[in-house]
Amino acid sequence: MSELLSIFTDYTLRNVALGSGILGVVGGVLGTFAVLRRQSMLGDVLAHAALPGICLAFILSGSKAPLVLLLGGGLAGWLAAWLVLFVLRHSRLPEDSALGVMLSSFFAFGVALLTFIQHGNNASQAGLDRFIFGQAATIVASDVLNFGVLGGIALLCVGLFYKEFKLLSFDPAYAHSLGLPVQGLSTLLTSLTVLAVMVGLQTVGVVLMAAMLIAPAAVARQWTDRLGSMIGLSALFGALAGVSGALISASRENLPTGPLVVLTMSAILLISLFFAPLRGLVWDWVRTRQNRRRVRLERLLLEAQMLHQHQPLTPQALALHRHESQSAAQQHLEELRSRGWLEPGQQGFRLTPAGQQKAQELEQAMRVLPKSAEDR
Amino acid sequence: MNADLVIILTAILVSVASALVGTFLVLRRMALLSDAISHAVLPGIVLAYWLSGGGRATPTALLGAAAAGLVTVTLVEWLTRSGRVKNDAAIGIVFPALFSLGVLVVSLYFRQVHLDLDAVLYGEIAYAPFNTLTLWGQEIPESWLMMGSLTLLNLLFVLLFYKELKLSTFDPGLAAALGFAPGALHYGLMALVSFTSVGAFQSVGAILIVAFLVIPPATAYLLTRRLPAMIALAVGVGVVSSLVGYALAIWLDASIAGMMATVAGVCFALAFLFSPLEGLLTTQLRRRTERLEVAARLLVAHLAHHDRAVSEEEVLQEFGWSPRFLERAREKALRAGWLEAFREGLRPTHSGLAIGSTGPEPER
Repeated sequence: MSELLSIFTDYTLRNVALGSGILGVVGGVLGTFAVLRRQSMLGDVLAHAALPGICLAFILSGSKAPLVLLLGGGLAGWLAAWLVLFVLRHSRLPEDSALGVMLSSFFAFGVALLTFIQHGNNASQAGLDRFIFGQAATIVASDVLNFGVLGGIALLCVGLFYKEFKLLSFDPAYAHSLGLPVQGLSTLLTSLTVLAVMVGLQTVGVVLMAAMLIAPAAVARQWTDRLGSMIGLSALFGALAGVSGALISASRENLPTGPLVVLTMSAILLISLFFAPLRGLVWDWVRTRQNRRRVRLERLLLEAQMLHQHQPLTPQALALHRHESQSAAQQHLEELRSRGWLEPGQQGFRLTPAGQQKAQELEQAMRVLPKSAEDR
Repeated sequence: MNADLVIILTAILVSVASALVGTFLVLRRMALLSDAISHAVLPGIVLAYWLSGGGRATPTALLGAAAAGLVTVTLVEWLTRSGRVKNDAAIGIVFPALFSLGVLVVSLYFRQVHLDLDAVLYGEIAYAPFNTLTLWGQEIPESWLMMGSLTLLNLLFVLLFYKELKLSTFDPGLAAALGFAPGALHYGLMALVSFTSVGAFQSVGAILIVAFLVIPPATAYLLTRRLPAMIALAVGVGVVSSLVGYALAIWLDASIAGMMATVAGVCFALAFLFSPLEGLLTTQLRRRTERLEVAARLLVAHLAHHDRAVSEEEVLQEFGWSPRFLERAREKALRAGWLEAFREGLRPTHSGLAIGSTGPEPER
């Protein structure tokens, strides 16, 4: 508990929590649109492609001012996204290959540049590699301010164009027919995603940033069917994972923040995937089991009824009819009895009135046409 | 043994092995799945190191690491089939989680041992000459043995199942109907991708292997429409980028694997711009020539309807072309011998009249 309270008093912890909280919110909001538009992996490309931008910004400016590096990273990411769309428009390369090519060639170039800088005996270069997996402990107050401004711009734009983005995500063809500049809006949305990536570079790093865009949105989708609440929940879960992951990583030295944030996020996702009301997989399994049981019992009842019309309903008769062992048949009959559909008679069992009615209902339901229509 | 030779041959083996299976990944639209696999084998590799006591990983442990790749594929497919997440999002969810696990363990327990984060990112191909083992009295680099057998394995797979791979890649429905077990083939391919990712891990790292798996085949995809040619070209691009990348890396003192993948990216850009099939610039050039050809024929056909020479002003008014475009169309027609220029204007020649009356030649 005292550790939690120290968020408010400890300078480093406060910055870390604020920085990763902002990341969670911005990533969650923009990731919602990315996931809904099936552009999840574009976020991955954007993030990976930021690495050469960071390195080039350092080489060209010679400074390690975070804002300069972030801008370089953002520009490179934006360029990669634009190149993916450009290649898709001008060749018949499948989308996934175009994404893969841009991701890996930009990242490879970044790695080459990074090693080039590191081997250059430039004493001030140390720390550039923290952008690869993130190092939340290095976040200071001015960084938080940067994140706030970048994230604020992104959220403001989403707020301004909410209606348009919503239409774009669900029915781009209709948006186009209304005369909305679909391509421009789509570019704007991608550019805003770049802003989110820039916020995340220092916290989770380029390799794992994709998870901060995709996972919160996937979690939120489990809990709601409405876009508005999905965005809200996505931001909430993103922030939750961001803050808790970053705090764990800041508690010890040499713990890269990115992996911890992502693992926290994955844990939340796993829980939501299985236990979210309505869409949880566990409820699905329960429902399937119940249905299967119900169908099995109903078929048993129908068979028992048919048998009952010709001969006494004994375990022997049922076993013969169903090609099963007598003990199994006995068990089945007991099951039906516990439901109140059978009762013991002089010879074996007989159907109760409730059982008769149920069987009739089932027969009725199994006909292609209702009885009344058939008679006519 | 010559260190350069060891590194270069290792790099070539990595790119050949990757290009062989990568071709089918690109054709089956599973390029991003290779991204997921290569990230996800990291926890498997970490586990392998841990089980072998932090020393050198044993082959059995590496086999387990490759299984991690198959787990990823299964997880992604399961997530997609559950209907809760779309396929691309499923990939983007599974691999960061597994990769994070790997990175975390590396940074917690393996900081001083064989494995460090730099190696995870871009491998240590420069150390390939130092890891040797003795085989039949001959000292050979470990990486040669590892990548050599992987290349052989992939080559055998492609050669033996060439027909099946081809069919199930281009027409999975027919392949299934004919009883070619596309599922088994799919997992076989995925297993080989995992093996290749694990094997190449030491040389080029977990992330850059994607570049070797995807970029050369994608480049070849832009250059040809025939499968055998695509495989050959992919291998060729891989080898060329290994050689050029190594030279550049030595010159600039940068990461060898990073530079090789960068060169592969440059190859892709060149193919995208200049591919004879559908390169951006080639297409534009072809469109320009075709437009000019049509314009020249149109001009001749128009002139053939007049008994007299027609002045250029008249043509300009008729067609609404820019003077520059008319000039180029006229030059084209003059060079082809369809037109004659007189002082009072243009007249078609005999061959021009023939073209003008028959219209465009039928398609050959």
